Formats: sequence, structure tokens, C-alpha cells
Amino acid sequence: MPESSLVKDTCSISAECRTSPLRQFSQSSLPLHRNYVLSTFCTEHNVQACLSHINQEMSSLCLPPLWKESAGSSELNVVAVLNCMYDLIQLQRRGMRALENLEVEHLRSSSNVDFLQLASTQLKEQLELSKRENTGLLEKERQLQLKVKSLQNCLKNEKEEVQKLQNIIASRATQYNHEMKRKEREFNKLRERLNQLLVDKRDKKHAIDMLNNIGRADGKRSLWKTEKTEAKHEGEMYKTLLSDYDTRQRELVLENAELRKVLQQMKKDMVFILSSRERNQKEDQREAGCIQTDSEDEEEVFDSSKESVDLYCAHAREKLTNSIRLQWRRLKSHVERLDSQASFAQMSESKDSAAVPQETHEEEMDRLKLEIQRCKDFIQTQQLLLQQLNSPCEEETTSLLSDCYVSQGKERLREEWKTLEEQRQIFERERRNFTEAAIRLSLERKSFEEDRASWLKHQFLNLSPFADTKKPLMSKSKSAFLISAESEVSEVLSPEKLIRSPSDTTSPTHRCLSFTSPSSDDLFHTLRLVSENSSTRPKTKTERVEESKILRNGNDPVQHEWWNHRREHSKHTLTQEMNGSVTSQQLLSSESGFM
Amino acid sequence: MNFSEVFKQTNQLCKVSPDGKYLATCVQYRLVVRDVSTLQILQLYTCLDQISHMDWSSDSLFILCAMYKRGLVQVWSLEQPDWHCKIDEGSIGLVSSRWSPDGRHILNTTEFHLRVTVWSLCTKAVSYIKYPKACQKGIDFSKDGCYLALAERRDCKDYVSVFVCDDWHLLRHFETETQDLAGLEWSPNGCVLAVWDSCLEYKVLLYSLDGRLLSQYSAYEWSLGIKSVTWSPSSQFLAIGSYDEKVRILNHITWKKITQFDHPVTINSTKAVVYKESKYEICPLPVQLPVVKPDPDRANPKIGVSSLAFSSDSRYLATKNDNMASVVWVWDMQRMNLEAVLEQTSAVRCFQWDPRRPRLALCTANTKLYLWSPSGCVSVQVPTEGGFQVHSLSWHCSGDSLILIGKEQLCLCFMDTDEEDK
Repeated sequence: MPESSLVKDTCSISAECRTSPLRQFSQSSLPLHRNYVLSTFCTEHNVQACLSHINQEMSSLCLPPLWKESAGSSELNVVAVLNCMYDLIQLQRRGMRALENLEVEHLRSSSNVDFLQLASTQLKEQLELSKRENTGLLEKERQLQLKVKSLQNCLKNEKEEVQKLQNIIASRATQYNHEMKRKEREFNKLRERLNQLLVDKRDKKHAIDMLNNIGRADGKRSLWKTEKTEAKHEGEMYKTLLSDYDTRQRELVLENAELRKVLQQMKKDMVFILSSRERNQKEDQREAGCIQTDSEDEEEVFDSSKESVDLYCAHAREKLTNSIRLQWRRLKSHVERLDSQASFAQMSESKDSAAVPQETHEEEMDRLKLEIQRCKDFIQTQQLLLQQLNSPCEEETTSLLSDCYVSQGKERLREEWKTLEEQRQIFERERRNFTEAAIRLSLERKSFEEDRASWLKHQFLNLSPFADTKKPLMSKSKSAFLISAESEVSEVLSPEKLIRSPSDTTSPTHRCLSFTSPSSDDLFHTLRLVSENSSTRPKTKTERVEESKILRNGNDPVQHEWWNHRREHSKHTLTQEMNGSVTSQQLLSSESGFM
Repeated sequence: MNFSEVFKQTNQLCKVSPDGKYLATCVQYRLVVRDVSTLQILQLYTCLDQISHMDWSSDSLFILCAMYKRGLVQVWSLEQPDWHCKIDEGSIGLVSSRWSPDGRHILNTTEFHLRVTVWSLCTKAVSYIKYPKACQKGIDFSKDGCYLALAERRDCKDYVSVFVCDDWHLLRHFETETQDLAGLEWSPNGCVLAVWDSCLEYKVLLYSLDGRLLSQYSAYEWSLGIKSVTWSPSSQFLAIGSYDEKVRILNHITWKKITQFDHPVTINSTKAVVYKESKYEICPLPVQLPVVKPDPDRANPKIGVSSLAFSSDSRYLATKNDNMASVVWVWDMQRMNLEAVLEQTSAVRCFQWDPRRPRLALCTANTKLYLWSPSGCVSVQVPTEGGFQVHSLSWHCSGDSLILIGKEQLCLCFMDTDEEDK
């Protein structure tokens, strides 16, 4: 139908402005159906224009025109207009139908799109899920593969072990077989031999054929086997065992002692090292460790004072090992510290912390160098001196110097020698004095005793008539001798006193003679002299006292005189050798006769 | 070094008397006694059959000659050549014969190890010991000659009997915890008896003289075990050589292993000196040693440490691993490490330490004699016409001479005192 083609054309023309005009048209079509809106397109004035416009529109729509201009009349062909209108209405209906169809299509397609979008999201989710599953499965597969590998390794190991065991079994089997065969062979031999023996009647008995018995190796007789010998054997066996254990124990004890000594030494060294180090670094480390080392030192000192016997008890042993472990740990930590310090110092040379020990190092070095230099100089000077001493002097000054030194030394030596000599002489003199005094003292005492005894006898005999006859004799001879002696004494006495100190060769005679003063004062004086010269003062004192007593007690001047005489006589007895006088001898003999 | 002329011998039976004065050799059925220094023939004895075994008595006065086939033992006196003694075991047969330590008794092991007969040469008396075990080393006398340890087997169980050699009084009899006792050995101080199992089980048991079990040692299970055992002369160490090519050293105080010596194929990173024969040059490490793989189907495979020997001062241990039969290893026991390795051109047949000083002599069945000492190694050609192959050797008790034994010959080698080695 041409209408349908027209509709198609219109559709194609109006394809460019699809939606909105259609929508507008449809939207506007609705109100067209419901409410007719008067259009203000044509008015009474623009009828012709509108007509022409409408004609144009018609022609554009491929519809027959409304009127022809050639008619000249403005009369509208009603039929044409009606046809036109009808055509237009048809067109419009068709358009509406097409629009509805398109709308339906559009709806359908949009719902399709929605549906597809939904489907795609769902599929995406599914894809994600499946991807995750896939990775999970891959992971599982990897693990399973690892497991498979390890199991394969295990299997290999097991196979190897099985192989080894099989080898072992095989070797054992061959060994068993070999042994079995050997035993079987032996068994067969036995069987044969048994057969042979049973069959063969000639059974050779074993025997020994010896020319003569030989003696035992140790020459002793063999003993019967008795319980005593058995016990002896047991005893000997235990003795051997015991001696072996003894020697072993001794060796172990010695080894132990040595090791302990070594440990002690080690401990001492360690303590020493640590303590010396800690003394240097006391400012740095004020730890409990310091105190501990002190205590350890004390302990160590205490330990060393103990005898090694103490260390035999387990407690002491434990203490020693523990203390060594402790010291070793400390030493180790100390060494580690040093190492770290050294490495630190190496790493950071410019830093101050490293410089400080370095500085101290350098100071130490300088000090040591100075010391070394000083020592070297000293050694050099010593060497020079030694050289000078040993080698012959070439320079005058040196020779002079040496001479000076020598003479000075000689002078000093001489002086010292002199003083020593003097001292020696003094000592000698004094010694001699002492000895002489001692001798004299003893002799004096003896004579005194004799005197006393004789005096007592005289006293006793004074009562007797014989006494007077003897006295004048004695006194006469005595006095004569005395006078002569006195004169001698007076001459000798003074010089004696002068040269007392140096010479020690004064004979006791002079001394004795000096004592021969008759007066009591002189007697005292002499006694005092005696007391001065003799070493034993108290004795002389008592002697003096005794003598004074006797003197005081002695009423008779005759007795006194006699007493003096007696004393002189005693002195004379002392000086027998010196005088060698007959008178004294006579006196002696008379005395002895008298006694 | 002086070599004597070559003498004939059979069966490798050449022994020096314990006092070192005489040398006895067997030639067929003759026994020849020579003076060691002059090698003049002093005595000549004739036995009834070919001599299988010959041994000196401990006082060097008598020699026993055993003829196993005939079951006879003849004893000869050195002092009285006219004196004769014949022991006939009769139909019971003879498998081994030995002197007792006092030199007045002879112990004969009968065939099939049915019994051990103890013959007294002083009284013609006989004693019997039943059920001796037929094993590698079933009889051992203690060094001081006081005790005899004998392995026995009754009712499938192993026992050890300790006899007093004075009057053969049974001192102790105890069961051992072994599966199959292979050997026993007294320690040199005579206070400990080491007992070991066969190679099917690695087990060493240490018994005190009075029969108490002191300790037990087992290195591993199942694989073939002990191949050789030896004591150090000071009784301080017990060396155990096993089929796993290792030597394990036990100490006498705790009876525990103090070290083990391996015999690897490649030697490197040790302070040991490796001497290679042909020129005895010192090889730089690492050194590869020649190995011979043993036949796995055969029993008693040629693998493992079969020979062990301590030097007389217990300072060194010489070992030989049967895998590497041409190599002798010398270990320092003070430092517990390898001292020297001697690689020879052919398999080492015999090695023995000098009884006086740490000097090892070895031979490899060629015409050379090899000596090792801590100062070095030396090889000496034995100067004989007709090639004399040294199969085994043995030192004279003074350490001044060596007896070199070949197949059918023997030769003496006199050492110079204070020999300087390379």
C-alpha cells in the first residue's frame, strides 16, 4: 500500500529526530486524543500562506496537494482536504502504531540489556570464585607435589636401607652358610672317624714316652691339690687384682693432684689477670663483680693456704671447679669486651671514645719510652765507667781522677782501719783486764778464805800460849820486808796511776804492792781499787764489808796489824813467782807448819 | 744392615729362643738349632714325620715338635741332646699343641676339639679339659704365666674357664654373654680378660680376673662386627678392628670408646706423612689410595681392619685395612691422630714392631724389607741371589736383628745400632 511506504519514508525521514519528536509527538498525541487543543497556526489573515505552507508540507509528505494554484480561487477542494486529512490521519495512526512497536521493542531491548548486565555480573562473580578456587587448587597441588617429593626421598632412603639390610642379610647368610658348611664338613669327618674307629679294632691309646722325668722349672716340688692350695690360689688371685687396683689408684691420685695443681695455677693466673685489669678499669666498672673478685681473691688466698689434703673432699673439689668456671666466664667476657672494644676502636678512630684509650695508650707509650731512654742512658754511663775501670787510663784527668779516687779511698780505708785497730786494741785490753781481774779475784778470794781460816785458827790459838812466840817473828820479818816494799811501792804507785789506761802489762805485783798500805783508809782505798779493777763488784763489796767488819770487830791493834800482815802475806802468796823471795816462802812454810 | 746367608726351612717354622741365643728352624722332618750370632749349627734333631708346628719352651731349654697328621709330639732338650720325649695322642688325633708358661707341660688339642690334654713332663701325669671351643683364639695364657683362660662351649652356650697354671686347678668358670665366642685375650697386666663375639655380632666383654663382668661394648648392630682385637702393652688401651674399616680404642678406666680411627680412601687435611713406595717419596695431600672391593657373595670378605699392632711403648698403633691391603696406617696414640701412611706397591703380608723401640718392619712378598720409624722410612733390598721373597718376618727379642722368612728359605738381617733413617 502506498500508505505503508509513505509511513516507512516518514519513518526514515524522521529517523534523525527519533526519540524526542516522537515522544513529543506521542505525548502531544495523547492530549490530541483527549483534549483537542486549538492550534493557532492559521488565522484569517494568513490563509493563503498557510495553504501554500500546507501544500508544501503535503508535497514533502508525498501526498497530493490540497489545491492547485491555477484554480485561482481560494476555494478549498473539500474532497482533497478530506482526503488529505484522511491520509494524514492514516499516517498518524501508522506512525503511532510504529511508535508503539518501537516502544515495545525498546522496552524489550532494555529489559534484555538489564538481564544481560545481571547475567554478566553474575558471571563475573562466578569467574572470581572460580579463579580463587583455581589458586587454592594450585596451592594444594604444589603442596602435594612437595609431599610427593619428600615421600619419594623417603622411599629412596627406605629402599637404600632395605638394600643395605638385604646386603647385611646376604652377608650374614653367606657367613652362616659358610659356617654351616664348615660344621657339616667337620661333622662328616667325625662320622667317618667314628665309623673308622668302630670298624677298626686297633684302638691306639694315647701315651707318653719319656726318657726321664725332668724337674720343675722353679726347682720346687709339686704340691698335692688340696683345699689349702686352692685357697692359696684364690688369695693370690685377689692379691694380683688388689695390687693392680692399687697401682691404678695411685696413678690416678697422682694425675688428679697434678691436674688440681694445674687448675689452681690457672685459677690464680685468671684471678690475677682479672684483678689487675679491674684495678685499671675501676672507674668504669663499679659492679658487684669487683666485690666478687675481692672475695674471690680472699677465697683464693684462703684456698692456697689450705693444704691439698683438703681438696680431696667432694665439696672442695666442686668449689674449685665452680670457681674456675666462674673465673673462666669472667675472663671470656672480659676478652670479648676487649675484642669489641678493639673492633670499635678500629671502626671509629676519629671518635673521642676511641681516642681516650688511645691517648692513654700514647701516654703510656711515651712514659715507657722515656723510661727506656733513661735506662739506656744509665746503662751507657755504667758501661763507660766500667770501661774506664777496666781499661788502662789514657787521659791525664781520668788517671788523676782515678788516683784521687784511689787515694781517697785509701785514706778512708786507712782511717777506718786505724779506728778498727784502736777499737780492737781497746777490746783486747779490756778483755785482758777482765781476765786478769777475774783471775785475781779468784785468787784473792782463795787467799782471803785462807786468811780467814788461818785468822780463825789464830784466834783460836790465841788462847794457846804458843801464839805470842810466833807473832813477833812474823811481824819483825814482815815489817822489815814491808818497809822495803813500801818504799818501792811509793815509787811505783804514782807512775802506775798515770799509765794505767794504755798499757795493760802491769803485773799484779804492782797492784798488790799498792795494796800494802797499813792504814785502814789505805786498805779501803786499795780495796776500792781492787773493786774497780775486778769485774765482780758485788763480791768485792761483800769482801770489803766483811773485811771492814772484821777490822772494826778486830779490837786488838795487834790483830789488826796481824790482819794487815795476813793480807800482805796473801798478796805475797799471789806474787810468789814474781818475787821468788825466800822470806815469803819461809812465811809460807812457817804458816803451813803452823797450820 | 747386614744380611746373613739364606737357609732352608719348611712351613715357615723359624723361631728364636726366648732368651735370644738360639734360632730353631725346621727342614722337613729335621729340627736345626743354630746360634743366633754365628749361625753355626749347634744341634740337629730328627723327628718321626714332617713337623707341623714347633715351639720353644719358656726357659729356652726344650723345643716341641708337633706332627699333626701322625698325632705325635716330640720334645727335644738342648742341654741333653740324648734326652727324648714322645707324646702320642693315639686315635684321638691332634689339632694343635703348645707349651704351658712354665715350660714343663704340653697342652694338646685333640681333633674335633674333643678335649685338651695336659701332659706333664715332670710327672708324666695327664689332665683333661673338656669341651674346648673351636674358635679363632680359644686359649690364652696370661703374660706372667699364672693363669690360663680357655673358651668352652656346652649346650650351645659359651663359657670361660680360668685355670691356675701351677697345678691346673680350676679357679673360675663363668658363662659369657656372647652369641658365638670368637676369641679371648688377657690384658698384659693379667687382670682383665677381653672376650669378643664372632663377626656376626659386634660385642666385646671385659671380665675381671675373678670372673666379674666389668663392662661390655658394642659399636653397632647387624653389620659384620669385630675382625681383630689387641691390647696395648701398657694395658691402657684395647684396640678393636672391625669390618666397617674402623678401629675403636677403649680406655681401661671407663671401658668406653675414647676415639676411633677411620681408614678413608682419600686422605687430606691431616698432619700425617704419606710415603709412597717405588721411591719412598713423601706425597702431598690429598692422596687417593687404591681400593679393592671385596666379593659380596663370599664369606669372610676382604674388608675391614684385620691386623693391629701396638709398638712396645704403646705410643704407636699400626693397622691394615683389608680393602687397601697395600697400605699400612700408623697412628699416634698420644695425639690420637694419624701419624703416617705407608703405601706399598703390593699387598702387605706381615708387619711387626721392634720389641725395643718404635720401629716397624713390614714386607710385601717381594725382595725388599721396609722399615718405618718416626724419623722416616727406608726400604732395603735383601741381597740374595735367586731372589728371596719375604713372606713374613719376626724380630729378635733384643730388637737388633730380624728374621726374614720366605717360602722355603729364611734369612737373618742384623741391624746396626742407632740406624739413621731417611
